[in-house]
Amino acid sequence: MRRYLWFLLVTVAASACCCAQERPYFVTYSHEMEEPGNLEIEMYNAAGKPPAGNRFIGTTTEFEYGAKAWWTTEFYLDGQVTWHDSTIFTGYRWENRFRPLLREHRINPVIYIEFENTSADKALREVVGHDGRPDFLDTNAEARVDKEREIELKLILGSNFRGWNLSENFIAEKNLGGGAWEFGYAVAASRPLSLAASAHKCTFCPEKFQAGVEMYGGLGDWNSFGTRLTSQYLGPTINWSAPNGMTLSFSPQFGLNDYSLPHTYRVGISYEIEQVVNRFRRGE
Amino acid sequence: MKRKRAWLVIFTMLTLAVLAFGVADGSWMRHVPAKDHDRKNPYAGQADAVAAGRLIYEDHCSKCHGENAEGTKKRPSLKSARVQQEATEGDLHWLLVNGNMARGMPSWSKLGDPQIWQTIRYVKSLGQ
Repeated sequence: MRRYLWFLLVTVAASACCCAQERPYFVTYSHEMEEPGNLEIEMYNAAGKPPAGNRFIGTTTEFEYGAKAWWTTEFYLDGQVTWHDSTIFTGYRWENRFRPLLREHRINPVIYIEFENTSADKALREVVGHDGRPDFLDTNAEARVDKEREIELKLILGSNFRGWNLSENFIAEKNLGGGAWEFGYAVAASRPLSLAASAHKCTFCPEKFQAGVEMYGGLGDWNSFGTRLTSQYLGPTINWSAPNGMTLSFSPQFGLNDYSLPHTYRVGISYEIEQVVNRFRRGE
Repeated sequence: MKRKRAWLVIFTMLTLAVLAFGVADGSWMRHVPAKDHDRKNPYAGQADAVAAGRLIYEDHCSKCHGENAEGTKKRPSLKSARVQQEATEGDLHWLLVNGNMARGMPSWSKLGDPQIWQTIRYVKSLGQ
């Protein structure tokens, strides 16, 4: 219990120093990039309990920087706490997203490249290959032995139409230590509760809320492509753009087959610092 | 041979610089299709839209273009003749949807059409 409280304290402390009009997705990427010069600090938590396993919270702290209007770079620090086990740092990731077409089209592609060095990760930021319930049954000590140095490629497709955002991700991941390419997908759709803005300042206006639905899962690997022995999740998702750049997100997500966790709860908090580099320049 | 190569590099760089300035002179307006250029703001004449647009501007635009849209060191003023007189509201809508990414202006399509039009009402009100 004390360990859990410590973990929560660190989570809240890290979040307090931390966001804007973001999509309410936890796994799916939209084609929208970080505004150039802005730094967004985000913390996402996934809580769940596998049957016959221990309850856990996986967490990711992200530092997302808009290097250019067409290039966003992001660094992640991952950790997790498992009841009756331990609290551990599980690794880091570095991702880059590039938007090859510099104008808005019906479908906008984004190329995503990530390197990750993780072990015993329970943040569930993506589901690929045959990831599933058995992965959550190992103790942290056992799971940490299996170091995953992986490269992950995504093709992100996104569209904005009449206030709706529709995003599709196709994921390919390869462990640099060996093993076959693993595949996965994520799709999501969302819309603000109101498209027009209010004429007065308000905290809980409908346009401050976005709601949608998200679905993701594994697609097997190079040798066994398909949905057999893969986990699949679906859930509603909502976020609220609080004043001063903070965004809070929540989503209950439900496993669609016996290989998935029955349900996970996701909570996210993010804070956007605008034009972060200019803050260190003289006279600005 | 080395000198020839050096001249070739200088020539290439100068050509690229000229091309870059050609793109950078605000000529985004030349790329706006006629149907977008002629689009009318559905919020035209609505005072509420100016007030709403001001709030959107403060949230998303002021850090780069200045609190009063006067521009900053690297980002243009929105009170310029180009924005206030030359560009139609349809032109500005096209710019906000598509951005001018090579020049650092992101796409704001995520705001959705109504908020984009409201922002344009506010920006245009600055010149009245």
